[in-house]
Amino acid sequence: MGKLTIGCFASLVGSTNLDFAVKLAGAALDKGHKVDLWVSGNGTMLSLQEQRAFKDYSYLEKPVKELMEKGLNVTACEACAEARGYHDSNTLEGVKRFSMDWYLGSTFDADRVLHIGGE
Amino acid sequence: MATTKLGFIVQRPGYKSENPKLALTHAIASQSVEIYLDDDDEVTCDVAFVGEGVLNCIKDQKALDNYQFNSTESHVKMGLLCDLNIFICREDLEKYGMSESDIVLNAEEMGGDMDVKVVPYEEITKMMEEMKHLLFF
Repeated sequence: MGKLTIGCFASLVGSTNLDFAVKLAGAALDKGHKVDLWVSGNGTMLSLQEQRAFKDYSYLEKPVKELMEKGLNVTACEACAEARGYHDSNTLEGVKRFSMDWYLGSTFDADRVLHIGGE
Repeated sequence: MATTKLGFIVQRPGYKSENPKLALTHAIASQSVEIYLDDDDEVTCDVAFVGEGVLNCIKDQKALDNYQFNSTESHVKMGLLCDLNIFICREDLEKYGMSESDIVLNAEEMGGDMDVKVVPYEEITKMMEEMKHLLFF
């Protein structure tokens, strides 16, 4: 089985790129692949806890929690998060926070890297 | 020893979005990636500005004055200080009526000895073919 590294810089609300990234991560995990998901820039919004589900907006807290239980490795850019007021105290349990070199480190042994830039 | 080569392709203009600056900050992060790797393994990053992305390289940007944050120009210089290969597409520069006299060429005043490489798109294509992974910003 392979390793997929996904980098997503798009916000949780305002685009469906993060939805796509999370669905792709789930599909890859189901096939037995290892998946690292890096969120940076506005993508760090994914790391926030207590997201509220509305029918008109993307809501990914529940699927991300379920995927993390299956082995999805989610890491948020710490500086990008802090700049937006997303702190350790309001980060979804299980989501890690590191600096940007973590993403590059993850690409080192990745079989594929899918980078989805921001809006 | 193994090397993974990453190519960062910047296609968007500065300040309209965060992408160009994030491309540069992520590429610069290659300087400290070894903490995640085994001894002698490395990740290297080349950066190419193409299309509207070449506008990021205009010199004398006033981001600090107008927005109170560092300019994309200063990040280009930091990239050069970190010995990143930075390519700028010559044809796209010309498309915007620009030449080398309009853009940041080096980081001499900061002690850097690398220059940006203003090259035909063909050379950027060659660089891209040498990379293991491409990241489009």
